[in-house]
Amino acid sequence: MLKNWYKSGAPYIWLNAGAIAICMIMVTGLIGLIAVRGLSHFWPAAVIETTYTVPGEEPIRLLGTVRRSETVPASVVREAGFEVPEDQLIVTRHLLQLGNRDITSRDFAWYIGENMGEWTYPENALVLERMTWGNFYGFLQAILEDGEAVAEGEEAWRELYERVERAVDLRQQVMQIERYDIGGIAYQQEQVRLAQRRLALRGEDTPEAIAELEEQHAALQAQFEEIDLHRNELRRQMDRDAVRAETAGGRVVTINMSDIVRAARPNVMSLGDKIGHYIDSFQEFVFDYPREANTEGGIFPAIFGTVLMVIVMSIIVTPVGVLAAIYLREYARQGPFTRLIRICVNNLAGVPSIVFGVFGLGFFVYFLGGAIDDQFFQAAQPTPTFGRPGLFWASLTLALLTLPVVIVATEEGLSRIPKSVREGSLALGATKSETIWRTIVPMAAPAMMTGLILAVARAAGEVAPLMLVGVVKLAPNLPMDGNFPYLHLDRSFMHLGFHIYDVGFQSPNVEAARPLVYATALTLVLIIIVLNLTAIAIRNRLREKFKSDSD
Amino acid sequence: MTNMTKPATDRTSATMENNAPEAGRTSERHVPSLAPEFRRDAPKGATTAAGDLNQETPCFQINALNLRYGSNHALSDVSMMIPHQRITAFIGPSGCGKSSLLRCLNRMNDLIDIAQISGEILLDGQDIYSKKVDVPELRRRVGMVFQKPNPFPKSIYENVAYGLRIQGVRRKSVIDEAVERSLRKAALWDEVKDRLKAPAMELSGGQQQRLVIARAIAIEPEVILLDEPCSALDPIATAKVEELMMELKENYTLVIVTHNMQQAARVGDYCAFMYMGELIEYDTAEVMFQTPGKKQTEDYITGRFG
Ligand SMILES: Nc1ncnc2c1ncn2[C@@H]1O[C@H](COP(=O)(O)OP(=O)(O)O)[C@@H](O)[C@H]1O
Ligand SMILES: [Mg+2]
Repeated sequence: MLKNWYKSGAPYIWLNAGAIAICMIMVTGLIGLIAVRGLSHFWPAAVIETTYTVPGEEPIRLLGTVRRSETVPASVVREAGFEVPEDQLIVTRHLLQLGNRDITSRDFAWYIGENMGEWTYPENALVLERMTWGNFYGFLQAILEDGEAVAEGEEAWRELYERVERAVDLRQQVMQIERYDIGGIAYQQEQVRLAQRRLALRGEDTPEAIAELEEQHAALQAQFEEIDLHRNELRRQMDRDAVRAETAGGRVVTINMSDIVRAARPNVMSLGDKIGHYIDSFQEFVFDYPREANTEGGIFPAIFGTVLMVIVMSIIVTPVGVLAAIYLREYARQGPFTRLIRICVNNLAGVPSIVFGVFGLGFFVYFLGGAIDDQFFQAAQPTPTFGRPGLFWASLTLALLTLPVVIVATEEGLSRIPKSVREGSLALGATKSETIWRTIVPMAAPAMMTGLILAVARAAGEVAPLMLVGVVKLAPNLPMDGNFPYLHLDRSFMHLGFHIYDVGFQSPNVEAARPLVYATALTLVLIIIVLNLTAIAIRNRLREKFKSDSD
Repeated sequence: MTNMTKPATDRTSATMENNAPEAGRTSERHVPSLAPEFRRDAPKGATTAAGDLNQETPCFQINALNLRYGSNHALSDVSMMIPHQRITAFIGPSGCGKSSLLRCLNRMNDLIDIAQISGEILLDGQDIYSKKVDVPELRRRVGMVFQKPNPFPKSIYENVAYGLRIQGVRRKSVIDEAVERSLRKAALWDEVKDRLKAPAMELSGGQQQRLVIARAIAIEPEVILLDEPCSALDPIATAKVEELMMELKENYTLVIVTHNMQQAARVGDYCAFMYMGELIEYDTAEVMFQTPGKKQTEDYITGRFG
């Protein structure tokens, strides 16, 4: 009976299905976890008000959102410095986000559930996301215009939203001006300075030439001053309004509107409002620049840097890998030498990535970059241009890292093409190279895409080598902007993988950073998925086009 | 006889032109392709009357050919003449070297590293193994159809256009015309004319084999080598391909390898029996199948072999 079942092959089917099931559970579990943890961060959670009484001490008033709750053995809590009655074995504790880091210096804190009073959800609880010092939690009192209260009570709420929107609008304008206009002028002024230096180096710094450059510089300066004036005017307008609110501790504070990013009244907001708020926060996360040592604001530069780096890497690695594979498989006489090369290539794939980083830093950045600087960027010295970590070197290092994958996949594809197709082409009078480029390479294109897919997945997730060759915690400029030559491959850049590491481990505020780590991780995974799906779509189209018996 | 030799000499003059530079050749090539229209009835009776080998115009002259794959002596001392505008069939048991001999004729064996060749093969009097020979050019003159249909994973149209594109022909009208002409000659046009852009891989085996033949004749070769072209086909497809071969011999020299005695008798003008890498007997198909000179040949033909 059992023997028959065994013979029927059913156990193997179960084994295979089980393996697939485990894979699926792991993948969905992983993505599900980071999705839930990361995405819930942007939801405007209810704000609770309660009293907290440590036995033998004055009760204090708390206002904040519950971030996490857990039930732990009493000993754990005692070790953390809380007083818990001797006979109690387990304790429920809550992590509250209280905000107001500027006032209380503790924006996250654990509280013992037993010591808490009743939880209420006050209607006029106000949560402000601020440019500095993190969130503010309090009760709205009034809206001030030029220091005068203009609205109180319900009226104040209506005014609040409108005026926050106005201030945000103005700030966006100021940021635009700073980033693009002023940034552009600074860039051009630097170019003028370099031009002057170049002339001096070549000994062509005639008074006329210098005068001309100085004139350019002065013109730029005048332009800058004009823009600066405009910017100051906008800033002044931004400073017009302020919010007066009372904290849970009873302090009345005035917060300038120019400091506010977003305002919410979570206990009263309807579901629609909350969804609006969510979308708004999420958009900021994806499309904005980071603030507050990366623990707040968006991750746009990191997304941009990651994608751009992967694209540049693909542009480098694909032709090199494909050509190398074609040579190895089609042209080189197969023998001990090609075997040796294959062994080397395969071993290259096994080298730890940090070693590539070290190589990239030593060879690409210092040696090649230094040589390029000496040749072409003398005017900028002693400031290095290519002689320091940057996007191009990072892409090149990753290209080297992923080269074996592309070579192996391409060779695999080439070797699968039936001999009859080659013979068919040659028999029609095609030369070897015509056969390769017109027939073999198109047929092997899906395999090349497979190699590229694997390379992209590997490169997008790599962090260690990048820290050495170009990724930084905070890049002042994107590697692409409106200033000629638009693509600045010499610039250092931000990267999602490193961003996760930086926010998660280097952040001064671990609790505030935690959800961002998940959200960033989710973004990274999604980007890799999108890049891969694009490549897979291309591959499938190629497959469809070059469908042959061998597939 | 006079009727028969006329087109042959025509052809020879054309092939002499073929050795001239590209431009002259392509213009010349279109002439025989148009010719069959008004030539059709005249030489029909003549071409069936293959008589004496010595009276034929030589296309290939093979002298003392030896082929070794490493230590395996695949062809030993083969000497024969393959006549113009005839169908010459190679028969013999598997592994006797028929394919090897065929592949020598358009230097396909160059692809095999271990193949070593000695002796000479003259095509229209010129040694095809001499250093001066441009091998792709030789293969344009000597086309080949393989045992298993091997269309490229491209559209039907592109398969037929492939050889022309390789030669650098860009004009769409020229290619269109050549594709239609070749597909018509290969008796495939009516079946595929509405779906020229469809992948060639979607055709049936017999259609694929005719497509491959169309692909070979699109570049107007002088010789077509066919290595067991019908072995993967059903009887109807086989009949179509055979009919096709009969028509093609009006313009081309055909050399065919086959395992099918009836086929060799039906389509072959001349027939060569090979055994263990040696050419045992070579004569007109009639003689070979009715009064073979050697006992080995008779045994093989009558099925009393080995
Ligand atoms: N590519 C090759 N490499 C080595 N030996 C080969 C190769 N092709 C054919 N041979 C050998 O040459 C001999 C003749 O083969 P082939 O010409 O294919 O015979 P046939 O077509 O008559 O069946 C056989 O012994 C075969 O093993
Ligand atoms: Mg064979």
